[in-house]
Amino acid sequence: MLENIDFTLVNWSRGQFALTAMFHWLFVPLTLGLAYIMAYMETMYVKTGDPEWKRITKFWMKLFGINFAIGVATGIILEFEFGTNWSNYSWFVGDIFGAPLAIEGIMAFFLESTFIAVMFFGWDKVSKRFHLTATWLTAIGASLSAVWILVANAWMQNPVGTFFNPETARNEMTSFWDVFLSETAVNKFVHTITSGFVFAAIFVIGVSSWYLIKNREHLLAKRSIVIASVFGLISSLVLIGTGDSSAKEIVKTQPMKFAAMEALYEGQTNAPLVAFGILGDETDHKNLNADSEADFLFKIEIPSMLSWLAYGDPDRYVAGIKDLIQGNEEQGILSYKEKIIRGHKAQQALRALKEAQKTDPNGEKAAALKAKFRDPEFIENNVQYFGYGNFYHPDPEQIEKNAFTMVPPISMTFYAFHIMVMLGGLFMALFALFLFLVMRNQLHNKKWLLWAAVWTIPLAYIAQQSGWIVAEVGRQPWVIQDLMPTMKAVTQIDVESVMTTFFLFAVVFIGLFIAEARIMIKQIKVGPKKKEDPNNV
Amino acid sequence: MEKLRKIVNFYVTGFQNLPPWGRALWAIILIKLFIMFVVLRLFFFPDQLQNNFESDEERARHVIENITTP
Repeated sequence: MLENIDFTLVNWSRGQFALTAMFHWLFVPLTLGLAYIMAYMETMYVKTGDPEWKRITKFWMKLFGINFAIGVATGIILEFEFGTNWSNYSWFVGDIFGAPLAIEGIMAFFLESTFIAVMFFGWDKVSKRFHLTATWLTAIGASLSAVWILVANAWMQNPVGTFFNPETARNEMTSFWDVFLSETAVNKFVHTITSGFVFAAIFVIGVSSWYLIKNREHLLAKRSIVIASVFGLISSLVLIGTGDSSAKEIVKTQPMKFAAMEALYEGQTNAPLVAFGILGDETDHKNLNADSEADFLFKIEIPSMLSWLAYGDPDRYVAGIKDLIQGNEEQGILSYKEKIIRGHKAQQALRALKEAQKTDPNGEKAAALKAKFRDPEFIENNVQYFGYGNFYHPDPEQIEKNAFTMVPPISMTFYAFHIMVMLGGLFMALFALFLFLVMRNQLHNKKWLLWAAVWTIPLAYIAQQSGWIVAEVGRQPWVIQDLMPTMKAVTQIDVESVMTTFFLFAVVFIGLFIAEARIMIKQIKVGPKKKEDPNNV
Repeated sequence: MEKLRKIVNFYVTGFQNLPPWGRALWAIILIKLFIMFVVLRLFFFPDQLQNNFESDEERARHVIENITTP
């Protein structure tokens, strides 16, 4: 029963993973995006032979190197945590995580040790074309090595292309392409990578703006702003497109996350989009029930827009939080209570199989139960709700109460989503404005605007983290949608050890972050090398 | 063999000619890797299922027990 769960352990484990994942994500977007920006700049150098382009490229390459060096291996810690803090989860996901993470690690290692080495050590040692190729391969390689972890995360949100093996209690891939090319995976990969492009564009514009404020490096700043603005604008359009298709996909595969993103309690046709909203204290109801209502202190709504965005049809019904929990026969929505009962049957069948295999592994009972897990009807009616079974209780009324606990933190999901979207809009406006002004040579004297660009850099960090908060907080209570709740994924270890590593990480990360900030800021202040030797082009 | 020698020389020369900020970054990388793989991994992040169970069968039974216990 839920009262047997040690939520202190669950929450500290979640906090530890969130801390390490968010720290890792401070560095990855800049690597992903800045790699392409510097590859393009080097292309301009090779094409034109202008030594200024080489100087500009080497400057941004230096900042790329600093960010890369501090960020490298911060992702490895997450893998350690899978084995220690999330052992049930790491066993359950089987091949889905094992192979992709291994590929990511191997790709990243070869990328770092070859192409990046040529990039930094190879100036004036290898041909211009060879060096340029290495730079482009660094950029492409960084994106490709991100594919795998994003595909694995997409599977957590929408577990397709796998079969649950009841003998091993692991999910086995039945179709690589179903996993790799699921709608969730494609949206997630493209959206996440292009968010890194937008981030890098903001970073380049911010740093370049600082140079203009200081009346330094005008050519570098202006050329960089042109490239970054165009890159940012194109990426923003792709980001909007994939954000839209992600929402259309989430409303089908993770409808509770979608409802939480809009704090939509009551489902409706012509559902309005909350363009801006301030939630009241009652939003995250301690005792959510059938009579609970949304609690907005203030909101600006766009009528029918949510239905239109979700389904392309303003008259379509968008399910609210209460619809999903209580069910809605008219809309064909099964109640959580019914899913809990069905999931419980699947779990009981698994326990029965284990018992049968212990006493008579080759007997008829074991064979029949094994066969059940291959029966398409049982899979569709029961196994797909496996995780819901963890909320079961012999008392039907308690099942209904447990169902109302299966809601993600609504205000966190709502605010993270709206902050991400609003900042995305701000960034796009900034790209357009800066491109317009720099092409007319009217940017350098607008100090207030240049400072705004500098201070947009921290906003870009906030937008990045907000996106992942929507993805990972919004999917609660699930660690694997419908199959495994977070509370069951945790290893039963002493909460003190989790707290210890949490604070250890916090100390190490603060140290690393200070180191990066100091080196990065110093090198920005130093600026690019004075002049490239014209004989060394 | 000559090619291998050139590649090794490429890396050696590259590291020898690192600017001060590059050396600082490498120091940070090495310290970081030491903390992660020696301190954290060895002392704080044992693989629970690998270390506490002898066979995959035992691991599966343990996980099933955990994820199906009401």
